[in-house]
Amino acid sequence: MPRFKARFDRLSHLFFPLSVLVILLIINLLKGADYFKITMVNGVLYGNIPNILYGASELVILSIGMTLVTAAARGQDISIGESGAISSAIFVQYVLNAGEVTIWTILVGFLISCVAGLVIGAFNGTLVSFFNVQPMVATLILFLGGRSIAFIIDGKVSPILANPISNKIGTVIPGVPIQTPIILTAVFIALVAVVLKTTNLRLYVEAVGINPNAARLNGINPKKVIFLTFLLMGVCSAVAGFIAVNKVGRHDSVNLLKFIMMDAILAVALGGNSLSGGKFSITGSIIGAYTIEVLNRTLLRLEVNPEAIKAFKAVFIIILMIVASPVVRVYARKCLGKVKTFVAGNAIGKPGGLNQAVISSMDSSAKKEE
Amino acid sequence: MQTEIILKMEGICKSFPGVRALHNVDFVLRKGEIHALMGENGAGKSTLTKILNGVYEKDAGRIMIEGRPVHFKSPQDAQNMGIGTVFQEIALCPNLTVAENMFIGRSRDVFVNWKQMNEKAAAMLRSLGIPASPTQELASCSIAVQQMIAIARAVDMDCKILILDEPTSSLDEDEVQKLFALMRELKARGVGIIFITHFLDQVYAISDRITVLRNGELIGEYLTAELPQIELVAKMMGKALSDVSAMKKQEPSKSDKRVPVFAAKELSSAAGVKPFDFTIHKGEVNGFAGLLGSGRSESVRAIFAADKITGGEVKINGKRVKIRTPLHAMKHGIGYLPEDRKSEGIIDELSVRDNIILALQVMKGFFKPLARKQAEEFANQYIKLLDIKTPSLDTPIKSLSGGNQQKVILARWLLTHPMYLILDEPTRGIDVGTKVEIQKLVLKLAADGMSLTFISSEIDEMLRVCSRLIVMKDREIVGELSGENMTEQNVMHMIAQGGK
Amino acid sequence: MKRLSLLLVVMLVLSTVCGLTLAASQKLIKVGIVNLPPEESGYRQANVEDMNQVFSRANGYDAKQTNTADVNEQMAAAMGYIRDGVDYLLISAAHASGWDDVLLAAKRAGVSVILFDRMIDTDPSNYQAALVSDMYYEGQLATDWILNNVPEPRNVILIRGQLGSAAEVGRSAPLLKAAAEGKLNVVWDGTGGDTWSLEEARRVVEAAIAAGKDFNVIYAQNDGMAQGACQALEAAGISFGKNGKVKIIGFDFNRFALRNVQAGYWNADVQCNPRMAGQIDQWIKSGNIPKGVVYQKEIILDTNTITDEHIEKYGINPDPGKGVITR
Repeated sequence: MPRFKARFDRLSHLFFPLSVLVILLIINLLKGADYFKITMVNGVLYGNIPNILYGASELVILSIGMTLVTAAARGQDISIGESGAISSAIFVQYVLNAGEVTIWTILVGFLISCVAGLVIGAFNGTLVSFFNVQPMVATLILFLGGRSIAFIIDGKVSPILANPISNKIGTVIPGVPIQTPIILTAVFIALVAVVLKTTNLRLYVEAVGINPNAARLNGINPKKVIFLTFLLMGVCSAVAGFIAVNKVGRHDSVNLLKFIMMDAILAVALGGNSLSGGKFSITGSIIGAYTIEVLNRTLLRLEVNPEAIKAFKAVFIIILMIVASPVVRVYARKCLGKVKTFVAGNAIGKPGGLNQAVISSMDSSAKKEE
Repeated sequence: MQTEIILKMEGICKSFPGVRALHNVDFVLRKGEIHALMGENGAGKSTLTKILNGVYEKDAGRIMIEGRPVHFKSPQDAQNMGIGTVFQEIALCPNLTVAENMFIGRSRDVFVNWKQMNEKAAAMLRSLGIPASPTQELASCSIAVQQMIAIARAVDMDCKILILDEPTSSLDEDEVQKLFALMRELKARGVGIIFITHFLDQVYAISDRITVLRNGELIGEYLTAELPQIELVAKMMGKALSDVSAMKKQEPSKSDKRVPVFAAKELSSAAGVKPFDFTIHKGEVNGFAGLLGSGRSESVRAIFAADKITGGEVKINGKRVKIRTPLHAMKHGIGYLPEDRKSEGIIDELSVRDNIILALQVMKGFFKPLARKQAEEFANQYIKLLDIKTPSLDTPIKSLSGGNQQKVILARWLLTHPMYLILDEPTRGIDVGTKVEIQKLVLKLAADGMSLTFISSEIDEMLRVCSRLIVMKDREIVGELSGENMTEQNVMHMIAQGGK
Repeated sequence: MKRLSLLLVVMLVLSTVCGLTLAASQKLIKVGIVNLPPEESGYRQANVEDMNQVFSRANGYDAKQTNTADVNEQMAAAMGYIRDGVDYLLISAAHASGWDDVLLAAKRAGVSVILFDRMIDTDPSNYQAALVSDMYYEGQLATDWILNNVPEPRNVILIRGQLGSAAEVGRSAPLLKAAAEGKLNVVWDGTGGDTWSLEEARRVVEAAIAAGKDFNVIYAQNDGMAQGACQALEAAGISFGKNGKVKIIGFDFNRFALRNVQAGYWNADVQCNPRMAGQIDQWIKSGNIPKGVVYQKEIILDTNTITDEHIEKYGINPDPGKGVITR
């Protein structure tokens, strides 16, 4: 039973991000019942859900990095789109200058772009952790100058990446029923899960984000941890840039991943994470990222006039943020708790809070299973 | 002293939820007098001054200024009645000029006559002997001068009563003298000054009278000249001189011949403690005694490298080692429970489990996380051992009571099996039952061979637990007591006389 | 060391002499160019490069160029050129308003002002000539192509650029007019947003497909959005291009887009010519500068009319190579 309770506590923070997503999905369902329909088109799964997963891949990856930076540095990296544009420009240049394009060319190019991402992360991280510059101010530098750097790497044009392998990475590999970016995103999420499982990243980042002083007195170097999160952010940007440039098939330094940091920050917030650092939920941010993608598509599905689409998005976001806000959360918990207490009190004849009520219901169900 | 009374506070009471901060306190301030308000932390000094300058409203009692009863609803009210306050942290704008800092925000005029303002400021600076020019930027003045300008600002508001809350804590000796000169100047003008400080010598250097508070109650008002330092210390600590002698004897440490577990020579840190030597042996419990601000916390922080180490050499079990960061100290088997539990001990949003395993986990390294099951086992083991009351392992530590939070931090360090554990105020702000438990635990750990340093503001607690006391005053070690010599009386003597 | 400095002196003297002789042999025309930065877009890059190429010393010009997206910096640069006594001032403004002082100063100094690519909100008497693309005309070319090449019913998905921008307004108008006249239907009206985003265009088409709309033309107001639309169609298994159901029209003459048209992957692309320097050069050299607004002659190319020469000469951005499709 304590196990159930523990699991429930651990997952309870996902309740609100999920409820926001569910609200949007319900709106979509009301508009047309075939929303979840998936068909096979040329041997590939097709439908709204695959489209959402495909469209959100870069945002999901970036929001993971943004979650870590936010948690440790108590601020946001606003240069992620630019960082992705630079690292993918380097990838494209490597591939274009490598002669014949093989899977190895792409792989080496990808690794080089990851190194570029690390360098960018190190730059931002140095400013933030060792020079104590506010994250937003530190990353403002690359936000303003990053696209010019990418433009110069591109040789002042938009180079074309029209080779069959890139195309397969950007769309589908024949014989695989799922679009490649979706698979890459899933692999990336799995890698992040492994990293969180095999290292103390979570404990270190949360400790530093909540109380850097106490963390320091327990042997953690807060500067190094903040620096590390920026390095990871750099890798996330490089991976997102890699996926984005292969989707597009050419490197447009001006528009690639433009303004995506807004959505990434929003994803972190929708995921129930505090933007001022501390405890974090990457699962929440991932849900938040998909929520934003669903939101963009919901507005199109509702055939909102293009002129009004921005205003509608703003209104929706305000509503979603209010739903996910701590005030509402606490209030809802209280109400839920009262209801549960009432129900539990009537059913079992003893009072208890929300958790207790849920646990007792879990207990009974567990007993039934036995 | 038949001088005129300008302030009379009678029967002041103030409670905060769960705490009785002041109970039936009287305070009298006379014209042209420097009156030291003394007491250990939590004695009620700051509550009293905050009632006087209108930050808090009193629950009961009367305040009379020049014989007329007053009632402050806001700091503005108090200011209008001629009460000025200068806090420890200077509440001025460093990027404005001296004159601007002295006058701006005080008049309702929309337009400022800069010339007139600068002239007025210059006149005042001259008359008070403050070495600053009205047009220079405040940030370019020394801290002492900034402090004086803050005073000048307060004085200009026709101030009759001036509260100086720890004005000297960031000043050096020379600057303190300058500040004293200014205080004497104001005194000559008839201003009544309430002076709060932790430096006993300064109290005797400048004050006319002393009022001592303890645990929110008035202990008494004394003429400085008639109260010996030792008695002042006794009154602050709450022990009458007479009942100090009958303390239980500790076992004399017989460890002198052995190699010390930890030995430091000329150790100093950026926190401002003077270079000191320190040793501790296996199974020994020693303590740093001294008033608040005497440097006892800074000393143990230097041992753990919690502040930047600026010099000295350290030996562990006779071997020279380099300890430059807390992690080094931890890897050499040192644990440190900090004085300020809230800001340096607990990671408030993290679970009890994470808080317990934190130090062990960090010592194991970034790439070796404990298995969840193992972490839970460890946590449960210490929750049981220390009888920590928590709803679950996943409960955030911030929702536990202070005593239980402290036990979690203790568990955190015990889990690392330190050879030497430093406990700075482990019993502050926790209930009596837990206090005793912690004291017993310390003795048990020592009996098991652990070395400990135990610091407490309550001297009898230290006498009960420690076998050796290192006495500090004004950031310097002034003596050491052990065995039969270790009595409250001797500690007080040492503090009062500064070991001289 | 001595030798090195001697060499330097010799080189300095030589270069000065050369410069003097050059200056003496032909009088250079002094031109000040105020333009936007090349990293703004592929279009701007081609424009800036063209300006550099044409207004060169070899071509008889002493040209100074300022590229910035900050209109205040642009104005300051323009004022500087007027003070320097340039003969001609060429401006592509980052922002359309607030230029009156600069233009009057130029007038007083007798500097001839030629606007290019972007108009300025001012009295036409304040400048000599303006050479710009006619966005409405571009839209007309595309709309006419649909009317001539797609049999009824003509069901169009319109993907607009940044709403309210000159290009969006101009390129949308002829299509909406044709729709109002009943010559075609706009079955879905979306936008790529402020960044003319490929991803957003893909979402728009995906939404149209999900909503079960029947359509046979995609009218995307730049090449990137046309590409995004094609990605959506390809994933949904809807045929398009020369032999497909849906006809694809893009704008801007990116070389990748032109190759796609050439390969029959798309159907048509409309030019938006960034290369204005040649025309202006001709005006200046001939001493016959027209007065007022002059629109560039622009063309539409489809699978039948496109040639390698077109792609080589008129395209912008790199050429992926013949037969290469950019999906």
